[in-house]
Amino acid sequence: MSESINTQKEVPELGFWRDPAKRAWVWQGLVIAALALLIYIVVDNTVTNMAARGLASGFGFLNTSSGFGIITHPFVDYAETSDYFTVFLVGLVNTLMVAIIGCILALALGFVVGIARLSSNWLVRKVATFYVELFRNLPLLLQILFWYGAVLKPLPGPRELHTAGDSVFFSVNNRGVIFAEPITGDGFEMVWYAFFAAIVLTLIVRYFARIRQMRTGAQFPVFLTGLGLIIGLPLIAFFAAGSPLSFAPAEMSRFALSGGVTIIPELVALLFALVIYTAAFIAEIVRAGIQAVSHGQTEAASALGIKPNHRMRLVVVPQAMRVIVPPLTSQFLNLTKNSSLATAIAYPDLFAVFAGTTLNQTGQAVEIMAMTLGVYLTLSLLTSGFMNWYNSRIKLVER
Amino acid sequence: MSNPSEHMGGIVNAGDLPDKPAPISTEGPVAWMRDNLFSSPLNTLLSILALFLIVWTVPPALNWLIFSANWAGGADACRANTGAACWPFITARWEQFLYGFYPAPERWRVDIILIVLLVGIVLLAFERTPLRKWIALLMLVPFPIVSFILLYGGMFGLPVVETSRWGGFMLTLVIALSGIVASLPLGIVLALGRRSTMPVMRMVCTIFIEFWRGIPLVAVLFMASVMFPLFLPPDVSFDQLLRAVIGVAFFASAYMAEVVRGGLQAIPKGQYEGAMALGLPYWKMMRLIVLPQALKIVIPGIVNTFIGLFKDTTLVLIIGLLDLLGIVQSAINDPNWSIKSVPYTGYVFVALVFWVCCYAMARYSRYIEAKLHTGHKR
Repeated sequence: MSESINTQKEVPELGFWRDPAKRAWVWQGLVIAALALLIYIVVDNTVTNMAARGLASGFGFLNTSSGFGIITHPFVDYAETSDYFTVFLVGLVNTLMVAIIGCILALALGFVVGIARLSSNWLVRKVATFYVELFRNLPLLLQILFWYGAVLKPLPGPRELHTAGDSVFFSVNNRGVIFAEPITGDGFEMVWYAFFAAIVLTLIVRYFARIRQMRTGAQFPVFLTGLGLIIGLPLIAFFAAGSPLSFAPAEMSRFALSGGVTIIPELVALLFALVIYTAAFIAEIVRAGIQAVSHGQTEAASALGIKPNHRMRLVVVPQAMRVIVPPLTSQFLNLTKNSSLATAIAYPDLFAVFAGTTLNQTGQAVEIMAMTLGVYLTLSLLTSGFMNWYNSRIKLVER
Repeated sequence: MSNPSEHMGGIVNAGDLPDKPAPISTEGPVAWMRDNLFSSPLNTLLSILALFLIVWTVPPALNWLIFSANWAGGADACRANTGAACWPFITARWEQFLYGFYPAPERWRVDIILIVLLVGIVLLAFERTPLRKWIALLMLVPFPIVSFILLYGGMFGLPVVETSRWGGFMLTLVIALSGIVASLPLGIVLALGRRSTMPVMRMVCTIFIEFWRGIPLVAVLFMASVMFPLFLPPDVSFDQLLRAVIGVAFFASAYMAEVVRGGLQAIPKGQYEGAMALGLPYWKMMRLIVLPQALKIVIPGIVNTFIGLFKDTTLVLIIGLLDLLGIVQSAINDPNWSIKSVPYTGYVFVALVFWVCCYAMARYSRYIEAKLHTGHKR
């Protein structure tokens, strides 16, 4: 028996090219060789070109002083004497600020519009559809230029709005949005402590409510309790500490407003455009996600006697989230990457101040682009890593 | 013939009585409004808010755009009425917006290409067109080459038109179309590579795709204009436009690869196995069995990628190329037209052009999607 199988094995040896495994190794070897050659040529050319332009490579330039001013640098101490590394930090913080605020606002607006597109109200549905179709099909750069150049810049200046000596608590003018600066007095830290205590308490309440529901089936209004705690406790602490908060208004001198907190028009325009544009896409994702939950689920929930708002919260939304989260991730990534369009209106984000001004001044193209791209790639990886983690938590558990 | 009940003299009505109208509460505009606008207190409130929003925005917008807009005259007419759109700004400049700085006697070359493009797209959009496959092939391969020769010149006695003179809507189309035509084959190769069984291919393709998808297009264009010359030997230099197109094509090919990969994953395993069982080698299996099915289901995705690319071409103004948005942006700053309403008019015009193109493509993609979606719907 075994001999007959052995005789069967007398198939002639496969030729080298006929064996897919061997062929695969040849192809892969060729690809590696071609890539190595390409990298060698590029590196060689770059080194030659850099030498021809008299540029020293390396990151030493980061320690030299920049010599230019930046209009806004929250959280980072910056002056014209600061070095280029500080410029990098300022750009990074500004980019992160736009990305984080933009993602939160776009998510909120997108959810509202997405649900409005499924509303039973005809008028609301049409308005939401109009919004989505209008802003989704217009280039983002056009929207940024429009908000900046056609809406915010033509606003009247501070001198036309206020007379010298005025105390201004809130003002929208062509210098941006200016409001009084909140100044915290002694004992304000009590409010922060109360705030964090309220968050911890809410989590504890949620934990016990869940245990109780598992045991008895009785539900506890965790959301309302938590809201009451998070708003109420800090308020009590605030008054107990004797209202230690005052507002320092901006003062109008003869020519300009000084003091107060200023949100520059570049930031406002960028956020407006990014949020409105991205929210239109998020709205479509939310709508598609909710519609992807089959009717049987809603009907089964109704048959079980679950109330409409519980039906939405406990049955429809958790299933819709599975469809919503993956494309939502790419929208957040898009928003972060699109924030680099700031360079068109000179908002000092990472791209404008570092890959723009700093590169022009120092000429260290390779190092600067490597750092800038590194930041964007890291942000991409972090965002998609976080969303993948969230996605794996909510996804359908199958056999 | 008369009613039979009259002849029988009975009390039974043998004929049909005329239908009574439906109760007023279930039909007509009032019932419709009650169902769709005022079904609950919350809905009533929302309706009133939406109505308020519409009244607040739509009539002033229409008024600004159409009714009190300046339609004729020159800059002076607009200067007299700055409260509404200044369309003479567009009519005075439309040739520049379309052709950029392309020399006037040579503009027929652009016209021919635009007409062929339009006819090709219309033919391709209809299912019933005879020889549709051949037209598609013609539009994808020979058309871009012929277009480039015609636009650039330097052959067959056509004078050379430097790419620095290209601009306006024509440049937008050149960048977007060459980006998509180049990215389609590259994207397919990358998608196949990412699903390959060879680890090196898979890794190279994955890194390539994730790199381009992780960086902003502004950075790509910036690299194309600042870094690319550094990578080349000192005596080789590339045209600025060509560099931008290469950057855009790489960028788009990464997105295209992910779209195609989605299609490849959606093809049931049986199709692959069936092709292998028939003894088809890899490329034949892909070309004859898998790709025709995969590409067909990702047509909506490809169109959506193209819409994104089309909108993103506006970014080339950051590296100094004057596409439609760039050329309008620079025309706005013309001192002869320094009128309050001109920037708005310019932006609205650009918005209109982009919106019409993108919306048409989006509708087409949705139509294909609906046709491909044969599942049950409710």
